[in-house]
Amino acid sequence: MNKWTRRTFIGAGTVAGGGFLLGVAGFTFAPGRHTLVGEDASEKGQLTTWITVTPDNVITVLIPHCEMGQGTLTALAMMAAEEMEADWSMVRVLEAPALGEYANGYVVRAAGGDYIPAVMARGVDYGSFKAAQWFGFQVTGGSTAVRSTGEYGMRVAGAAAKEMLLSAAARQWGVPAADCAARASRIVHAASGRSAAFGELARTAATLPVPTSPALKEPDTFTIRRTSPPRLDIPPKVDGSAVYGIDFTTPGMLYAALEIAPVQGGRLTSVDAAPAEAMPGVRQVVGLEEAVAVVADSFWRARRALAALKPVFDDAGHGAVSTTSIFAAFDAALGPPPEMPAGAARVVTADYRVPFLAHATMEPMACTARVEGDGAEVWTGVQDPLNARSVAAKALGIKPEQVRVTNLLLGGGFGRRLPFNFDYVDLAVRIAKAVSPVPVKTIWTRENDIQHDYYRPAAMSRHAGALDAGGAPLAVKSHYTGGGNGEAVFMPYAITDTGAEEKEANHPIRPGQWRSVLNSQHGFFKESFIDEMAHAAGKDPYEFRRALLGNRPRFKAVLERVAAMANWGAPLPAGEGRGIALCESFGTIVGEVAHVAVSAEGGLRVRHVYAAVDCGDVVNPDSATAQVEGAIVFALSAAMLSEITIAGGRVVETNFRDYPMIHLAEAPRITAEFIRSDATLGGLGEPIVPPLAPAVTNAIFAATGVRVRNLPIRNQAAAVGLTPSPDTRSAPPPTGGSPAR
Amino acid sequence: MAITFTVNGQEQSLDVEPQMPLLWALREQLGLTGTKFGCGISACGACTVHLDGRPVRSCVLPVSAVDGKTVTTIEGLASHGVLHAVQEAWIAHQVPQCGYCQSGLIMAVVGLLAQNPAPSDDQIDAAITNICRCGTFARVRRAIHSLAQRGKATS
Repeated sequence: MNKWTRRTFIGAGTVAGGGFLLGVAGFTFAPGRHTLVGEDASEKGQLTTWITVTPDNVITVLIPHCEMGQGTLTALAMMAAEEMEADWSMVRVLEAPALGEYANGYVVRAAGGDYIPAVMARGVDYGSFKAAQWFGFQVTGGSTAVRSTGEYGMRVAGAAAKEMLLSAAARQWGVPAADCAARASRIVHAASGRSAAFGELARTAATLPVPTSPALKEPDTFTIRRTSPPRLDIPPKVDGSAVYGIDFTTPGMLYAALEIAPVQGGRLTSVDAAPAEAMPGVRQVVGLEEAVAVVADSFWRARRALAALKPVFDDAGHGAVSTTSIFAAFDAALGPPPEMPAGAARVVTADYRVPFLAHATMEPMACTARVEGDGAEVWTGVQDPLNARSVAAKALGIKPEQVRVTNLLLGGGFGRRLPFNFDYVDLAVRIAKAVSPVPVKTIWTRENDIQHDYYRPAAMSRHAGALDAGGAPLAVKSHYTGGGNGEAVFMPYAITDTGAEEKEANHPIRPGQWRSVLNSQHGFFKESFIDEMAHAAGKDPYEFRRALLGNRPRFKAVLERVAAMANWGAPLPAGEGRGIALCESFGTIVGEVAHVAVSAEGGLRVRHVYAAVDCGDVVNPDSATAQVEGAIVFALSAAMLSEITIAGGRVVETNFRDYPMIHLAEAPRITAEFIRSDATLGGLGEPIVPPLAPAVTNAIFAATGVRVRNLPIRNQAAAVGLTPSPDTRSAPPPTGGSPAR
Repeated sequence: MAITFTVNGQEQSLDVEPQMPLLWALREQLGLTGTKFGCGISACGACTVHLDGRPVRSCVLPVSAVDGKTVTTIEGLASHGVLHAVQEAWIAHQVPQCGYCQSGLIMAVVGLLAQNPAPSDDQIDAAITNICRCGTFARVRRAIHSLAQRGKATS
């Protein structure tokens, strides 16, 4: 890998009208990308790198990450503005275009270079044959934006810009730069009372040498970070003006609806296009290898015509695959429970199962493409526009440079729109090629989305644990299927004899990264089992964990904080219980306590969830709190309700009626607190998810004595006399109308 | 046969199939993309608009059903450039995350508050059944209560 140095990666120049721009490139694999501001920058439209200052004092920060509601654009701009001593009210943000110059390779070297988030690992492997050739990331995933791009990019760029503006003022006034200070977008020279706005100094600053090692601020001097300015992406989201991938429109555009082989890997065998072609507005029926699409002058007409077709698909030999067959294979692969040390006073064993899960982003997949000659334009919402560009180019047999990708807002990501999950881009460009040069917007229905996802893998674990006569744990070991890694299976507890071993049990259901990735299943496995160990030892589950965290002060502090928040140990009425769980993922330690209530009739309700979070520090506390609140609801839908099942090789579920979500009525109260440990920044988008499911099932055990070992809880509920809150809450019927196909 | 209705104060006449859902007529024929497609079966509420002042889910409502009626979408909620109180509350409480479902949520909440300016938690639970995958419900509830408080203060 290339060695990262600030000198190589900082560039500066002027912009039209006498402004100033400065950029710090991400670490990239490609040697050619070191210079941010090339001689031909203006022709290529690459004038803006990361920070520009124009004479009107507006500071524009270009962000190489996508906004999907996590507040990234605002948080990263805050990190740059903090170092720059900017007036926050004059800061604007833009998402970087899909050009190699904005590859955000910082995510690969986050946390010192030895940590590669799981979502990126495949890409790194893929490029390993010649990693330095051309592979570029512009990915938003792995909970990395703030802790990588923010720490190693935005802060440095902001600090360098400040030093250059200071030098410009010092030169203009003939005073030492050290006597000047930056404050709220002005440089001031206190001794003489002179001051100048950043905008006035920008032209001169742009001509000065770029500092190679600008000094970064000490956290106790922060004035923008650790405050909660309103998120910059919110205003257009309340008046309908925000443009998501599915909203893009261009003159002459047609619409496509598609049906994909119901069994993954299946191929289109035959289709009679005539019934659709005879329908109004239909332009063309497009047969693809694995799908059939109808292109028409409106999406509704395309969808109606598609419904008139009877395409035949093969099943790729997977027609016998089912949820039952997959879990039977898991069970067989796991074999006997791990061996426990001789001399244990008590051995505990347990199996846990979690289902496949779909992402079900609120915005179904959508992608508009125009293919003309050797070029293509693509408008969509992806978590990595650079990789989407490569996918489109490969599908069309052209070079990435011949594809222009415009990334629009994402109506949810959660991992569905990560690199290697770009079937919706791949399909859309092939459909557009068939009707070239007409632009076509391909919209997935919710049924397409639920049935053709890259699923959170189903998984199973077989745990065994041993206790000594005093109830202290001697060993905890597991066999598991469905994927895992060191981070996901790691337990912080001081147990000398541990081990987690993956067992192979292949199936054809395609896997994806789902918010918190492997931690989503292993968090449930390991924190359920440690709870079972505690109860087997006759000990309080909180005290049992706490006693094993003597040499893990950060974990212990998180556990103690969340227990205090939840008033752990205070008596509860019959039928109520608290459950606790503690997980580390993406560099962040999270403890959660769920408080559940089971009514006499068996109704189950999660009343309150408490979360204590140590991600080092938070940039925007309110926005960070929103992430915690949202992730708890997201994780609760999965724990209580969500399950993708397979029958005949196909996904059974179709839409929100049979793949239900927690609604407002079932959403618990949520209390979140952050612990400022000043440890290296951790991620925040994902780490809140893993502890939620075990906290809830541990609470159900505390309330009822029933141990839920298989998710979702609603499946187990019937067996133990519980009825979780309504899972198919119907909307109030709107006036008239029957469901449109 | 043309279907004529008023959208956000403007009369519109569309020559489309009567069974085309209002959602697609708004998005594709009128370019009003603030109203979102989420499920197509009236399960998620992302497509909520007002028909003669009452919230409806436009993805299953045939456009023929609005002939001669008045439709308000998220784009028509602000008046002369001034945001509706619910939109203001959404910013004040920083409700949206990805934002995709929020047009529908806001329209549903405006509809609720028009009927019941100070709803209880149970009434909010019963009325607001939109799906939000980002899980913004805590802030939705908080924003609604803040509006109810404001309503009390000014009435």
